Amino acid sequence: MNPKRTNQIATGLIYVLVAIVVLILAGLLGYILVNGVPNISWHFLTSGAEAFSAGGGIRDQLFNSLYLLVLTLIISLPIALGAGIYLSEYAADNWVTNVIRTMIEVLSSLPSVVVGLFGYLLFVIKFGFGFSILAGAIALTFFNLPLLTRNIEESLHNVSNLQREAGLSLGLSNWKTISGIVLPAALPGIITGVILCSGRVFGEAAALIYTAGQSAPTVNYLNFNPLSATSFLNPMRPAETLAVHIWKLNTEGITPDAHLISSGASAVLIIVILMFNLGARAFGNLVYLKMTAVK
Amino acid sequence: MTNVITTDNVRISYGDHEALHGINLNFQENQITALIGPSGCGKSTYLRSLNRMNDLIPNTTVTGEIRFRNNDIYSNSTDVVDLRKKIGMLFQQPNPFPLSVYENVAYGLKLSGVVNKRMLDERVEISLKQAAIWDEVKDSLNKNALSFSGGQQQRICMARVLAVQPEVILMDEPTSALDPISSAKIEETLMSIHDQFTIIIVTHNMQQAARISDKTAFLLNGDLVEFDQTEKMFINPKMDATSDYLNGKFG
Ligand SMILES: Nc1ncnc2c1ncn2[C@@H]1O[C@H](COP(=O)(O)OP(=O)(O)O)[C@@H](O)[C@H]1O
Ligand SMILES: [Mg+2]
Repeated sequence: MNPKRTNQIATGLIYVLVAIVVLILAGLLGYILVNGVPNISWHFLTSGAEAFSAGGGIRDQLFNSLYLLVLTLIISLPIALGAGIYLSEYAADNWVTNVIRTMIEVLSSLPSVVVGLFGYLLFVIKFGFGFSILAGAIALTFFNLPLLTRNIEESLHNVSNLQREAGLSLGLSNWKTISGIVLPAALPGIITGVILCSGRVFGEAAALIYTAGQSAPTVNYLNFNPLSATSFLNPMRPAETLAVHIWKLNTEGITPDAHLISSGASAVLIIVILMFNLGARAFGNLVYLKMTAVK
Repeated sequence: MTNVITTDNVRISYGDHEALHGINLNFQENQITALIGPSGCGKSTYLRSLNRMNDLIPNTTVTGEIRFRNNDIYSNSTDVVDLRKKIGMLFQQPNPFPLSVYENVAYGLKLSGVVNKRMLDERVEISLKQAAIWDEVKDSLNKNALSFSGGQQQRICMARVLAVQPEVILMDEPTSALDPISSAKIEETLMSIHDQFTIIIVTHNMQQAARISDKTAFLLNGDLVEFDQTEKMFINPKMDATSDYLNGKFG
């Protein structure tokens, strides 16, 4: 076979493989959207779930998912930022650092069910949180932290050393150079990473079933006191999320329209995650332009 | 004339590879000293030891004595941040911050506590003028410094260094990545600030060394071969190696 022919075959094969990936993805997305979107209505998004009768919505689950995401980010972002900055800017290249990296690696490959059960045993039972948004947020933090840390470390690492030298040689302290120059330069990458992680967190179910729980008690959206049991902001209340809701409808749902609700909820979930993913890039670029470009 | 920086028997190793084998050199106030020598002879290594930028490279050891205004810069009591404010540096690759031209030049000043807007404006303008870039950027001070050409960026970096008013400016082949016009403008700047700063410049370009420097040091394989008035060295080098290098026989 001549090289030209080999090249043609290789290229063709690559195209076929790519086509398979695209087809699977498009098929999945298409199936979920085609089945789900007709079930989405304003009523569906804004009314509570019904346990026994048809016509329920996903308002509480949708809110819970978002609230859980926000809480998770509030907990995990500062930790990941600190760890990422440490690993990228301060950590010496020695065995301690290697151990830390390996542990992050291990943490990131823990199955989310294991993370969920661990959270259940430690926070829900041992610390007596009960099924709660907080327990869920902490479990999701475990789940989220490795990726986020690695993303932040990488974004910082990608900032050219010339920038660090510029700062230091100008008489900036190490910390000033990092916080004033390196971090802003890395921000677009960090933001993109945070949004992508958010998408993952948003769709997570297994880690939440035994931590945030599987029930969505009626909450009052006008009660802004986070300490009140009926407040929608109360972090200690159980909170079924969208993904958990979908799982539950499909395993033990007894409402007559469980199937319709589950496909509608799946479509909402997918649409939100797609929005995260597409928004991530656009937003990252925007921040970069804002920070650097022509005013 | 007063010595601003003195170095005595400076040896620098990366791991167990010794890159400099004992350099004795003194730099006098308000003079331009050129460091020349073939690639890999240790010019950058030496230059970066003078403001402790070598600290950033792990496993680097410096022995001997380097004094700035008679204070040992490697002693524990030296404040490195403060030292680098007094000994500024311009690099081979232009490295402006991804900020506006104005912010680039004002950055160092703001951090050292200058808040008065009028004063900042004034220093930014003076520095940009000194760096021979004012005319090209005065109407776009808010534009991102990265949107200018390499040569312009380098002069913006020059202005950034000048703005904090260091006593010494170290330059590591500052024009080797630039077009001839920008190189000429940098040289022009050097000549015009000549009597206010002590300048140490590494250069690959012998003509440049001859044009701008008062003294020249020739390094070879980690040793100082010859150090003299530029004119003397270029016309009548004492060592054969120097003469061979100046005549382009190697390097
Ligand atoms: N970061 C480093 N790690 C290890 N060796 C280095 C490093 N930087 C420079 N060297 C070595 O030190 C010697 C001098 O290098 P350098 O100071 O960069 O020379 P010059 O600037 O004159 O070209 C060379 O042999 C080079 O390989
Ligand atoms: Mg060099």
